[in-house]
Amino acid sequence: MNQIAIKMLVGDLAKYFGILLGIGFAALLITQQSSIFTGLMSRTFAFVDDTSLPDLWVTDPEVQYLDELEPMQSTALDRVRGVPGVAWAVPMYKSLLRGRLPNGTFRSVIVVGLDDATLIGGPPKMIEGQLGDLRRSDGVILDEVSANTRLNSWSAYDADGKPAKDATRIPMKVGDVLQINDRRAVVVGLCQVSRTFQSQPVIYTTYSRALSYAPPERKQLSLILAKAVHGVDHGELAQRITAATSLRARTKAQMSWDTVMYYVKNTGIVINFGIAVLLGFLVGVAIAGQTFYNFTLDNLRYFGALKAMGGSNWLLLRMVLLQALLAGVVGYGLGVGAAALFGMRVQGTELAFRMTWHIPAISAAAVALICALSSIVSMIKVIRLEPAVVFRG
Amino acid sequence: MAEPVRLAVATDGVTKVFGRGGNAVHALRGAFLEVPYGELVMLVGPSGCGKTTLISILAGILDRTEGRCEVLGVDPQAMSQGALTRWRGQNIGFVFQQFNLIPTITVAENVAVPLLLQGQARRRALAAAEAALERVGIADKRHSRPTQLSGGQQQRVAIARALVHEPRFVVCDEPTSALDADNGQLVMELLAEIAVQGDRALVVVTHDSRVFHFADRIVRMDDGRVVDTRTQIADRTARQHSESP
Repeated sequence: MNQIAIKMLVGDLAKYFGILLGIGFAALLITQQSSIFTGLMSRTFAFVDDTSLPDLWVTDPEVQYLDELEPMQSTALDRVRGVPGVAWAVPMYKSLLRGRLPNGTFRSVIVVGLDDATLIGGPPKMIEGQLGDLRRSDGVILDEVSANTRLNSWSAYDADGKPAKDATRIPMKVGDVLQINDRRAVVVGLCQVSRTFQSQPVIYTTYSRALSYAPPERKQLSLILAKAVHGVDHGELAQRITAATSLRARTKAQMSWDTVMYYVKNTGIVINFGIAVLLGFLVGVAIAGQTFYNFTLDNLRYFGALKAMGGSNWLLLRMVLLQALLAGVVGYGLGVGAAALFGMRVQGTELAFRMTWHIPAISAAAVALICALSSIVSMIKVIRLEPAVVFRG
Repeated sequence: MAEPVRLAVATDGVTKVFGRGGNAVHALRGAFLEVPYGELVMLVGPSGCGKTTLISILAGILDRTEGRCEVLGVDPQAMSQGALTRWRGQNIGFVFQQFNLIPTITVAENVAVPLLLQGQARRRALAAAEAALERVGIADKRHSRPTQLSGGQQQRVAIARALVHEPRFVVCDEPTSALDADNGQLVMELLAEIAVQGDRALVVVTHDSRVFHFADRIVRMDDGRVVDTRTQIADRTARQHSESP
């Protein structure tokens, strides 16, 4: 009877596509919105991902997340280096400073100061120039996307200082000079970095030069990047550093998670995306449920005939469940497939999209729930159906 | 000494009340009916007189309120739901007024449904369905969809479906009312020839006076009771011979 159940479903193409549309749209919306949410959240710790070499991130104990760093005294570095199990530890400066472009406009930029000696913590990929070029006088390295967009200048400006109508974009390039807090900075290279949550330009330089850009403060050490001795557990070493120095030491995963959770707790992003996902789910239940119920109603006389001819309730339920399962699997495939295509199309654009394996799994669970809710009403109808209905015309 | 008549159906004092209290509807008020094996019995009477309710009780798809009812030697109401469903699947054939053929599957698959419901393998069920279609004369339509057939052809498919699992009792509800005169005659000829062959009985509910002559007995009902039982022709063979040109 399985084949007959399937033919009953796919034989009525209009209703079948209606059910697929409901489930597929729900799967698309749930998968796409969850992937954009995950993409955005991934951007919050993109800097941690890009800085692959260190195992541990040490900050002031009050720091909650990566984008709000409380500076530490420079002596903290030596204290961390003194903890057993630490192979090496280097300083890093990271702060939002004001940059002035060659055309006179100002931009907030993330300045990252790397250890002068080792340049550990540098960008993951150089597009032009070399990391070592940072040792040249006033040298800075820009992220390529920002050099082409936010830090660009224009070929012509109107009287108000805005780009002229036919002006073309002139990307910032190696050799260009900008000012950071009124200090000269010469572009010596372009790099590729993961996009950050705030999408601000990232400028790499040496630690000592970054301090010269920064406003004078008593404490200026933003981060300490540390490497564990081979074989030492990172989590245990983080606890050891915290115990020995009273600083906050986190593994890479912990640092990323702290940052994500800060945004989750302190912004409305989860509610906003949650509403979109919930809407997708509700639309799926409404469309798929209604269409599936109508489909069952239309077939009620045939279910009644089957019941009269010896079809048990269990057999008919199996048929309804099989129909729901088939519609669910096909609808899910269409929806998640469409979301994946969307993700491929927006790769490399401003839009954040990251589909981890969890997201299709969550969508599958949601679709299963939609199908279950949709079919329950139909199943109740079939169970309560009196076979004598077949003689009532 | 004459052999005692073996009864496929024996009911006495069967009542059926739908609803309760002031809303109660007495569909049957003590119906008496006996159908011997090998007989084609027609239930006739005005609309609402209880014909369909009676065959629903006989077919085991509706519970009676009171009275005695034995079909093929058992009381359907005394069985558990599961046993009753299996019993129906094995012993009862149904022919419906509106055919109730599933439109999205082929004719052969429709005919195979009673066997598939019993758990028979698809290939065997389809082979039996094709043989049944052969018997009703439309084997060439086995791959068609029901909607591609005329009303008469669809009812022949429904008859093949009713007989494919060799039931011992067949109930038909207005099998000719949706058909024109010629197709009605053809369908009744088929039912009269095939359905009552062997150890089988057939009850047909009908308003169609054009097909009364196919009945062995006509049972007239009114107001929930059997009011008249008339044996038309004792010997079907004789009737068939008399009707031959």
